[in-house]
This record gives sequence, C-alpha cells and structure tokens, in this order.
Amino acid sequence: MGYSYFPGCTLRAKARGFESSALASARVLGIHLEELANWQCCGATFPLQVDNSFPLVSPARTLASARRMGERLVTLCSACYNVLKRTNHVMRTDADRRDKVNAFIEEDYRGDLEVVHFLEVLRDDLGFDALARSVKVPLSGLAAAPYYGCLLLRPADELAFDDPEAPHILEDFLSALGCRVVDHPYKIECCGSYVALEPGELASGPSRMVVESARARGARVIVTSCPLCQYNLDVSQQGAHGRNGAGVPVIYFTQLLAIALGLPEDVLGFEGHVISPGPLLRSIGAMGSEATA
Amino acid sequence: MVSSENRRKLLDISGEDVTSCYQCGKCSAGCAMAAMMDLLPHQVIRLVQLGQVEEALASRTIWLCASCLACSARCPRGVSLPNVMESLRVTLLRLGGRHLDPVRLPADVLENAPEQALVAGLRKYT
Repeated sequence: MGYSYFPGCTLRAKARGFESSALASARVLGIHLEELANWQCCGATFPLQVDNSFPLVSPARTLASARRMGERLVTLCSACYNVLKRTNHVMRTDADRRDKVNAFIEEDYRGDLEVVHFLEVLRDDLGFDALARSVKVPLSGLAAAPYYGCLLLRPADELAFDDPEAPHILEDFLSALGCRVVDHPYKIECCGSYVALEPGELASGPSRMVVESARARGARVIVTSCPLCQYNLDVSQQGAHGRNGAGVPVIYFTQLLAIALGLPEDVLGFEGHVISPGPLLRSIGAMGSEATA
Repeated sequence: MVSSENRRKLLDISGEDVTSCYQCGKCSAGCAMAAMMDLLPHQVIRLVQLGQVEEALASRTIWLCASCLACSARCPRGVSLPNVMESLRVTLLRLGGRHLDPVRLPADVLENAPEQALVAGLRKYT
C-alpha cells in the first residue's frame, strides 16, 4: 500500500507525537507513506468566500505536486484533510475557479487525485479486521471516547468520510484495538476551533461540554485526529476542571495505535499535556514506569 | 433599494442566497457557540435578509462563528450560514480592519497553541 503523504505544519511543530506515532505504526502495518517533496501549509481553514480564490493557491499547489507522485494523498491532521479535500473538490468541479488558480500556480491540475485520511487507509485498505490481528498489546477495557469534531465530517457531501450525524469509523478503530468504546452526545460538536485565540477563554465553554459529556459516561481517554481539538479539549481542563484526578487526557488516535502495536514509547511523543496521559496508560499496563509522559 | 444592494454585496462574497431562509432557528439550536453570542445565528440571517447589515457587522456573533458547519449540515433550506458569517467578517477586514492583533495574543497561547490555531485564526480575524 503506497501513498504520497502530506504532514502539514502542526505535525512538524506542536503535534510531533501525532506524526511519529503514525509513521511508526504505518511502517509496521506495511503502509508506505512517501512525504511530498514540496509542500507548504494548507492554510488551516477552508475559505468560505467564493469571490476570492487566493487562499486556494497553497493547497492547490500541494495537490498538483502530489498528483505527480500518484493518485492518492494521505493526511493525518483533520484540518489538512478538510482543506485539501475541499480544495480538490473546487479544482474538480468549478471550472472558473480552477482556471484562475491554475493560471496563478502555472499548473493544469484538474482535481484527479484522491485525498484520503489515514483512518480511511486503515479501514478501507488495511481493514480493521487485519488491524485487530496486528495488535500486540490489546487495550482491553480501556474506556475510550471518540471525538470527531467538525473537520472530518463536514461538509458531508464533499468529504464523504462517514455518516455526518452518526459516524462510527473511530468507534470501529477503537474496537479493533480492544478498547471499550464510550459513546457520547457531543462527539460531533465543535470544540470552539480558532475562537481559542479570542480573549477570555471563549472556546473553553464548548470544549468543557465535550469533555464532560465523555467523562460523565465513564471515558478515561478522549481520542481525536485534530491538533486544535486536542489543544482546546485539554486546555479547557486547566485548573479546577482537571483537578483531583477527574481530568480526561486527550490523545491522537495514532498514539493509541502505536501502543496497541507494541511500539517503543519514544514514538508516542506525549508533550505539554495539561492532563497527562502517562498515569492512565501506566495504570492499564499499556506503558512502562519509565514513560516520558 | 439600499437593502437589496447590501444583500447583493454579501451574496457576491458568500455565494449564499439568504432569502431562502424561513427562520426555523435550527442553526441557532445546534450552534456550539450560541451561548456566547449576542445575536443568534438565525437573527444574523434575518438582519441580512432585511438589508440591516450594519447591525450584523457590529455583532460579536460574526467573530464567534467557528465555521464548524453544524448549522449548514442541518439547514432545511440549504443555506450555508458560515459562508454568510464569513462574508460579514471580510466586509470589515477588506476595509483594512483587523479583529485580532497577533502581538497582543497572550504568551501562553502563543507558546502552546498549535500552529493550526494561529494560521486559522489569523486567516479569519485579520
């Protein structure tokens, strides 16, 4: 299984553990991810203004360069997935905007590439049954709450990732690793996203609702594929909200994957968490006592 | 006359025809940020329908919309409300304003927030 691969800005800075756990897992599972030779930030948010195509330039350039390497481009970060796939949709279906962008980037790219999320590779190409057979350290009984947020699911007609109101790919993934899946009503709600930059912790309201909805149903860990969700949900537990062991660590799905595959702890890259995942993972025997978290 | 002109400018930016909204309020009911908003999402749409754009532009709501698309996923009339919110933001930003001054971001946000938050926030707020 070979794909071109787009890491994106955050996985090379604040979310290194997301990438290192994913790449190590992919190697073990026989999934070959070849990093694009020339990539740049996707822009982190898809532009919602139809009279300005300039924000499409950067993602379109990445797509054109990926097309020269093959037909499928893999991403890990939910935001990269959303922006690249939506830009690809524009390049495929909107001749006017496609011509404008192509003229600017001096390409003739027509959207004939498939943007896929790493979860889709695990589900559709490897298969969750095969994944379950590769598990060396079953996470038996770990009560894990999936958290999708927005960027993987919406808009559903363009992303076609999963059922937008009742998704189950993360549930199926967690089951394959041996987790006990904790369903909760806020799993597809927004965490507040970039409103985190607004003064006064405005984004922490929605984030606390998400964490509480998972915690109240017994979740001991929340699993995401978005660095901004990870940050918002984690930071919302600062102070009283996360004290007395009531905090719920928020980690990337690939970090649980690497643990279940029995990979060395140095690929996990747990850093800077408000609620450290270390104690939980040590308590279930998923990490040794010398863990870095 | 003035009202329809205001509406048309926003339509050019957003690509969304707000006249099809029949004010059911489903967008506001499911909005994760609604509790912090001064105007609810469907009220912003109503103001745009009426061409009372100044009031919508002065609202906190347009900066609190996180573009999560929960509203547009559920809209029975197919209106992408986040596009309308963006058209209101860029109406102000294209005049040279900026909603957020990056040098005034708190040190802990600058230090800890993922790059994705900074890039997305600066795209939406400047």
